Amino acid sequence: MSDQILWFASRGSGVVSLILATAVVCLGFLTVARWQRPAWPRFLTAELHRRIALLSVVFLAIHIITAVLDPYTSLGLVAAVVPLASSYRPVAVALGVISVDLIAALVVTSLLRERIGHRVWRAVHWVAYGAWPLALLHGLTAGTDAFTPWLLAVEIACCAAVTAALAWRIAAGSPRRALLADVVSTSSIAAPATSRRVR
Amino acid sequence: MSGPTTGEPVALAVDRIRCDAHGMCAELLPEMIDLDDWGYPIVATAAVPDVLLADARRAVAACPLLALRFRPLARATMRVPAAARVPAAIPGG
Amino acid sequence: MLPRLLAGPPLAAGPESLKDHRRRLGPLAPVADGRAVIDVLASSGLLGRGGAGFPVARKWAAVADRSAGDAVVLANGAEGEPLSAKDRTLMATRPHLVLDGAELAAEAVGADRIVLYVGSEHVAAGTALHSAVAERAADRRAAHRIPVTLLAAPPTYVAGEESAAVHFVNAGDARPTGTTPRPFERGVDARPTLVQNVETLAHAALIARNGDSWYREIGGRSTRGSALVTVGGAAGRGVTEIAIGTTVAELADLAAVRGVPGAVLLGGYFGRWLSADEAIDLPLDPVALREAGSAFGCGVVSFLDRSACGIDATARIIDYMAGQSAAQCGPCVFGLRAIADATARIAGGTAASDDLERLTRWSGQLAGRGACRHPDGAAGLMQSALRVFADDFVAHARRRRCPVAQGRGRAA
Repeated sequence: MSDQILWFASRGSGVVSLILATAVVCLGFLTVARWQRPAWPRFLTAELHRRIALLSVVFLAIHIITAVLDPYTSLGLVAAVVPLASSYRPVAVALGVISVDLIAALVVTSLLRERIGHRVWRAVHWVAYGAWPLALLHGLTAGTDAFTPWLLAVEIACCAAVTAALAWRIAAGSPRRALLADVVSTSSIAAPATSRRVR
Repeated sequence: MSGPTTGEPVALAVDRIRCDAHGMCAELLPEMIDLDDWGYPIVATAAVPDVLLADARRAVAACPLLALRFRPLARATMRVPAAARVPAAIPGG
Repeated sequence: MLPRLLAGPPLAAGPESLKDHRRRLGPLAPVADGRAVIDVLASSGLLGRGGAGFPVARKWAAVADRSAGDAVVLANGAEGEPLSAKDRTLMATRPHLVLDGAELAAEAVGADRIVLYVGSEHVAAGTALHSAVAERAADRRAAHRIPVTLLAAPPTYVAGEESAAVHFVNAGDARPTGTTPRPFERGVDARPTLVQNVETLAHAALIARNGDSWYREIGGRSTRGSALVTVGGAAGRGVTEIAIGTTVAELADLAAVRGVPGAVLLGGYFGRWLSADEAIDLPLDPVALREAGSAFGCGVVSFLDRSACGIDATARIIDYMAGQSAAQCGPCVFGLRAIADATARIAGGTAASDDLERLTRWSGQLAGRGACRHPDGAAGLMQSALRVFADDFVAHARRRRCPVAQGRGRAA
């Protein structure tokens, strides 16, 4: 019976973590696009992005710990951090492991942002584009119930949300970048387009 | 969380080159930070009153580019005092 | 008494050779005690001539305090201010006086390297300094030579700013870098760096020979000594050496300014307008001018004739300043461009109804909001124009008429 609890806990926390991570990605797009409304200031979007990310990591930790402790998966601690070291569905687990490694980089750099400076932090943050799809694929391939209706529905909904948010982000473009470039071009001594000022 | 810990008076300063007009600082500390027509902050140069210190810390932490920071007040520097360059009162930093 | 810096052969004769320089002034004694030199400068009250007017002795002391024999002296001859010609004239005709000052500074603050930072557009100055450095290198009397490097500064307005100069030497990028650390703490190659205007160094070289009392023999009530000024406007471009405290009227006589000035621009593009009445008896003395709400700056005195439109002149200056923004800080790059466009519309009689009000507001929001003082200078100029030409601004903006063009200048 306790095996069942660990199994349910692992699946449940994994799904919750994925849903929260999906929200984090969407909020990330909203933050960088500087979206706001009169009653919804920008700092709120940014704060939610950060806090839900931490919440997602908490559920991720539960997911990993319960999965490692679960005797059915025979996952050792090593397999949880080293890709392809698992004897249970090695590729599927590896997708999750790599995703966790990338997420660890995101979390560590974000917590140490003041020390490492903005540019390094931003460069590392791009791995989010890898971490999220890997988590989604891990969800589809790692569990025995991957294609039960409810889990499939959740995965499709998450995929749709991120796709829609990404499309919106691309369509919204960078009006600010265009405005800045336009004004900067009137300066006769500004550095050319490679300047870090134009983002 | 960043912030003054010594109890000495502090004020706010903006790294003007890093700042890219995200405007979160003005949302979190409207008592001391205004935005100009292009979204860039106009920061009051006076000391941060105790009652606003917590909000000021949040504003400093919220800046996505880490452009807002605390600076100690009344630090002797080699810089020419502002009055020597711009006789008119400076509205903000 | 005068001239001092420009004493010697006529300026039209070109650069003074090392031989003539030594014959005229005698050799400069090697520095035995750097602190003693700094003390003499302190007693003289010498202020920097790059525009800031900062006490020279304090600057040298700050670098000397931090030097472990590895400091750097950067002689600033960028002179990006278009209305100023004093530095290029000094470098082109008295290069050895400038080099004396640089070597004196290097020995006094404990520097092992000198950088000459000369605007690339000042061809005569660069050539003269190049030859002068070669003359010194060939001179066998010199026992210990501090290595001198000559660099061409980009021909931009902000290239002469302290942190921009250091940034260029370190990374080839002549844009200001913000406030900390300042060059006297960490500058060229992260070493304590003394950035000093070439005219200031020339004064220091004479003070080292003649003493602080000699320096203080002439001058004004608040500040002693002599200074180079560039007179512009109706008189064309002319560099004159004056005793500090000379009034604007006296300078106009000296420089044979023609016509009747309606306004005076003091301090160049970084300076301020004054009406002719306000300016005429003002002493050209940094401290006195600051107390009067104006500034000596880099010693530019430009006269605007009564028949010329001050708004038009201001519009052209601000447009230039906007184009010279390093474009690193939003308030400067957006604010100056908006101010320049609005002023141009007002000057041309096509102002929008709220242009004047917005212009006034924007000008008040610029100071202190950039990484360097470029926006402050433009704001100061703009606000002084709004004050001095207030009636003209209203006439241009509200009634689309230029009082000057309509013959105000010819009124009885």
